[in-house]
Amino acid sequence: MSEAIVRALGLLAAFDRTLLEIAGLSLRVSLSAVLIAALLGLPLGAAIAVGRFPGRQAAIVVLNAFMGLPPVVVGLIVYLALSRAGPLGPLGILFTPRAMVIAQALLIVPIVAALTRQIVEDAWREHREQLVSLGASAGRAALSLLWDTRFSLTTVVLAGFGRASAEVGAVMIVGGNIDGVTRVMTTAIALETSKGDLPLALALGLVLITLVMLLNASAYFIAEAARRRYG
Amino acid sequence: MLALALERVAYTANGQRIIDDLSAEFTAGERSVILGANGAGKSVLLRLCHGLLQPTSGTIRWNSGGSGKPRDAMVFQRPVMLRRSVLHNLTYALALAGVPWRERKARARTALAKAGLEALAKRSARVLSGGEQQRLALARAWALEPTVLFLDEPTANLDPVATREVEAIIQAIHSAGTKVIMTTHNLGQARRLGDEILFIARGRLIERAPADVFFRAPASVDAAAFLRGELP
Repeated sequence: MSEAIVRALGLLAAFDRTLLEIAGLSLRVSLSAVLIAALLGLPLGAAIAVGRFPGRQAAIVVLNAFMGLPPVVVGLIVYLALSRAGPLGPLGILFTPRAMVIAQALLIVPIVAALTRQIVEDAWREHREQLVSLGASAGRAALSLLWDTRFSLTTVVLAGFGRASAEVGAVMIVGGNIDGVTRVMTTAIALETSKGDLPLALALGLVLITLVMLLNASAYFIAEAARRRYG
Repeated sequence: MLALALERVAYTANGQRIIDDLSAEFTAGERSVILGANGAGKSVLLRLCHGLLQPTSGTIRWNSGGSGKPRDAMVFQRPVMLRRSVLHNLTYALALAGVPWRERKARARTALAKAGLEALAKRSARVLSGGEQQRLALARAWALEPTVLFLDEPTANLDPVATREVEAIIQAIHSAGTKVIMTTHNLGQARRLGDEILFIARGRLIERAPADVFFRAPASVDAAAFLRGELP
C-alpha cells in the first residue's frame, strides 16, 4: 500500500505521459461539458425563475428531480441515441470524446438550471417591483438578474464541473474507455484498480482531487473578494 | 395638463378588500401626501396608480393632454439596488427607459450631483448606507425626468439625518416641476412636505383637504383620532 503511494507520487513527479494524457482529456471533456451546460442551464434556470407560464411548477419539479440523474442511465440514453441504429447514429461519434461531452453536459444541465432557478428566483423576489417599475421586460429582468447573481452562479457552475469530472458511468458507456482516445481519469481509475495497477490509479485520484480543490478554492476566494467589494 | 383619475377603484387580495371604492383625481403642481395608519392601504394605492397592481374593479386613467401615458417613476420604502456601481444603477434605469446610449452617462451624473452623490459614482451601490441608497433611488427616479413621482414611505427606515436629506431631495424634485405623490404615516413629514393631504383609512378615502386646513381642523372623526394619536 505505502509502496503504491510512493510510486504514485513518483509518476506525478515525473509528469508521466500516460497520466498527463488522461488528465488532459478529462479536463477537456468536463470543461466542454460544463461550458455547454452553463450556456443552456443558466438561461433556462433564469427563464423559469422569472417567467410565468403553464407547467412552470412541473418544470421545476422535473429539474429538481433530474439533479440526481444516475450517470449510467444518462450514459445509456446517449448510447442509444448515438448508436448506429439510433437517431443520431449517422453522426458517428459514439466512443469519441464528443459523445462523452454530450453525456456529461446532459447530466449537469439540470443541476445548473435547477440551482440557477433557485438563486435567480430569490433575487427576482427582491428586485421584481423595482425592475417592473423601471420598465424591464421579463427577458431583460432575467438577464439582469443572471448578472446580479454572478458570484453565486460561479459556485453553481463549479458544482456542475465537479459532478461532470467525477462521474464514471456515463463516460464509460458512451466513451468505451479506449486507451489513448476516450480514457479519462475516472474510467482509468476504475480500470487500473481492477487490474491491480494501484500506483496509476492513486496518482490519477490525487490529480482529480487536487484539481477539484484548486478550482473550488479559487472560486471561493474570487466570490468572497467580490462580495466584499460589491455587497 | 396632467391628470390622473381614479374612479371607484377597488382592490381585493385573498378575499380581503384592501382598497374600497376609492375615487380621486390628481393634477400637476402641488404635493399630494397620502396619510394613514399602517395597513390603511396607502402602499397598495400607490402601486395601483403606478401600474404595479391592477384594480379588481374601477378604472385608473391618465390624461396628459398629449399622447399616451406620461412618464411616472416610483421610489419604494426599501431601496433595491443592483450589484453594480452607483453610476451603472442609473445608466441601467436610463437604458430601460429608452434613453440613447450616448446621453445616459451625462444624465446619470447630473442626477447624482443633484442628490449629492457624485463622489460615490464609482462605488458599488449595495455597500452604501441605507440613507445613501435611498438618495440613490431618488436620483435614479429623478434621472428619468418623470412627470409624476410616487414615493412609498421613503423615509420609514431612515434615521433623522438621512430623513432630512431625503426630504430635501423630494423638495428639489417638486421644485423642478415633477408632481409628487407620496405616502407617509409620519405627521411631521406630512406637515413638512404636503400641500394637500389625502387621509386614508380601511382602504377608503376619508378626507381630502389642503394641509393647513387638515391639520388645524380635520373634518372626519377618523382623521381627528389619527392626529390625536400623534407621538411627541
